[in-house]
Amino acid sequence: MADKSKKNIKQNVKNEKAKPAMASMPAVAEANYEQVKKEHRLYFNIVKRRYLWFAISLLVLIPGIISLIAQGLNLGIDFKGGSLYNIKFDQAVTQQNITEALESVGISGQVQLSDGNTYAIIRTAILSDTQRASMIEALQNKAGAFDLKNLQEDSVGPAIGEELRRGAIYSLSLAAVLILLYISIRFRFIYACSAVIALIHDVVIILGLFSLFQWQVDAPFIAAILTVFGYSINDTVVIYDRIRENERRMKKRDSFEDMVDKSVWQTMGRSIKTSVTVFIALLCIYILGGESTKVFALAMMIGVIAGTYSSIFVASQLIVEIKRWFSGDKRKKAVEA
Amino acid sequence: MRAKNITKLVVAVIVVAAAVFLSIAPLTDPNNGIPLGLDLKGGVHLVLQAEPGKDGKAVTRDDMDKARAIIEQRVNGLGVSEPYIQVDYNRNRVIVELAGVDDPEKAVETLKTTAKLTFRNDQGEILMDGSELKDAKAAVDTSRGSAEYVVHISLTTEGAKKFADITTDYLGKNIGIYLDEEMIQNPKVNEPITNGEGQITGYSSLEEAARYAVMLRSGALPVSMSVAEKRQVGALLGEDSLNRSLNACMYAILLIFLFMLIFYRLPGIVAVFSLICFSLIVLWVFYLIPVVLTLPGIAGFVLAVGMAVDLNIIVYERIKEEIKLGKSIRAAVDAGFSRAFITVFDSNLTTIFAALALFLLGSSTIKGFALTLIIGILASFITGITITRSVLRWIVGINPRLSTTLFGVKEVR
Repeated sequence: MADKSKKNIKQNVKNEKAKPAMASMPAVAEANYEQVKKEHRLYFNIVKRRYLWFAISLLVLIPGIISLIAQGLNLGIDFKGGSLYNIKFDQAVTQQNITEALESVGISGQVQLSDGNTYAIIRTAILSDTQRASMIEALQNKAGAFDLKNLQEDSVGPAIGEELRRGAIYSLSLAAVLILLYISIRFRFIYACSAVIALIHDVVIILGLFSLFQWQVDAPFIAAILTVFGYSINDTVVIYDRIRENERRMKKRDSFEDMVDKSVWQTMGRSIKTSVTVFIALLCIYILGGESTKVFALAMMIGVIAGTYSSIFVASQLIVEIKRWFSGDKRKKAVEA
Repeated sequence: MRAKNITKLVVAVIVVAAAVFLSIAPLTDPNNGIPLGLDLKGGVHLVLQAEPGKDGKAVTRDDMDKARAIIEQRVNGLGVSEPYIQVDYNRNRVIVELAGVDDPEKAVETLKTTAKLTFRNDQGEILMDGSELKDAKAAVDTSRGSAEYVVHISLTTEGAKKFADITTDYLGKNIGIYLDEEMIQNPKVNEPITNGEGQITGYSSLEEAARYAVMLRSGALPVSMSVAEKRQVGALLGEDSLNRSLNACMYAILLIFLFMLIFYRLPGIVAVFSLICFSLIVLWVFYLIPVVLTLPGIAGFVLAVGMAVDLNIIVYERIKEEIKLGKSIRAAVDAGFSRAFITVFDSNLTTIFAALALFLLGSSTIKGFALTLIIGILASFITGITITRSVLRWIVGINPRLSTTLFGVKEVR
């Protein structure tokens, strides 16, 4: 495999030499900064404006963090225990009828209708068997008929929620450590730190928005957060990879800032297109998938946007920033060397 | 060279088309195809938590084995095909999954009530309560010449007196041993048991004896079971979810195909081709492992498709760049792949790390999602470096002087 690819590269060089038509344009191995700038119609210097990007991030992060501290997340039954009934009625029903049916048997619950009011989600505390039976009877008599095979019920005790939360924190930490190690080995430690900060940034944005809007979170939300973790790092590594590649070609007088700016722009097309395709997939799940995957898709969509933003405007810019801090006093030495 | 590449291409397209055609039936077979999770075909997922009884003693491993035996016994009574019962000894839980039960309510009802062991006579009158049974152990008895598999039972002092009376009264008759309302054994009393130590004989193996011993011990189960988690999906609703998510899946894939065709033209077609191969590989892996397909699993698959496209995008963007730098299309394709390889390798591996963390530490539904994601990433990597690469090279091999507009590059400066 390796031998074959080497051969190919050699062959290419030959091919290029063999084509005099190409000689009019020097076969440069790499596009220079000016070319990259010209390439993109919308070009603007990203690295120079990095404080602006950090500020935009903070503008989204801070209200979210305040909300998280003040009101926390709207935890669903998976976390705090309770019951959830998902019913597909034979005909459209009204919120009022369901609420009245519940009240008639002394049960209080949140009701949420969807899909032309044929689907209802009812959230209650964990009901005893008799309460449950009387609720179903009341619903069928007062709200609308439905087949018992069109009933979904989730009841979760409080102990499970605690484990779920702990499991999520453990797996996030494990993922962060693995990523930190891998990027430190393949790139550099400051790259790894910047990447992990950007990841935390993405997660906090999702948590913050979910807290601000008080969207209910359940087990799939955790899966979404962790996937965003994996997805966003993917995005970041693609840019890092280009920075690593361009850094090797850097000449002494080249500025690191310009090189990073160039790398970010070179990968811009890919970053945006990839995010668009994943976003398309998620939007389809959000619109067409069932109720239970909606929250997952929503969290992921926010995550994909935040992840793309953070890969371009946070992770890569942090490298520049951290590098400046560390070389602040060492800069003279570096220049001498 | 040219004819050879055309042949290769045509053969590849025919093979994949045939593979798709032939795969539909086995993969979607409702009985032997890719197994569907409870959320898609309806069923009950129940987590029963053992709690220490009144005496406040901690729950032991033996208690959990007893609990499992009781539950197994009851599940068998429900007549469910392939029930899944698992004991979590660390958390003192029994996890039960029953697919396609007609009446999930009743199933839950039967499973969570506490077991009751009784000794009854032929008429079904209760003679003695199982709580008088102190212990039951399987053993091999050689005292009667040949080796016999037996269950040793020992009774409490109170029970010993009762049992002495019963066995005297029913000498030569059968005493039924019932777990709940079901008779598990019907041994004949051969001699009165007066010292509180008895033997039940007639087992064909030590395992069988042990199984019955556990069931007998369960009569003295000192723990009570409560429902910690119950997830129950009606069969119709499950089918509804399956159709909806397949629908979502189809639209997502079609839109992604369209996107690739618009932005990348010729390589876009190649991407669509390799995505079909990718889907086929992933689905066959699901089939062979087998991976139980759940709602989060389908979401994971759609996401994996999105990420598989990413590999194509990285490569094609690189090829575009190389073309813009003035390389020939053939050189650009080769350079695009070899340079994008490291990028894709590093970026996919980091994503796998995150998915791995999910798989190792997540709850059961999250595990399914993580597994589909890991399989998806691996499959996309493999199809990317083999199929996409080869097909693109064959196409370029057919006509190395293709117009660069076919690659989405407007002009070579």
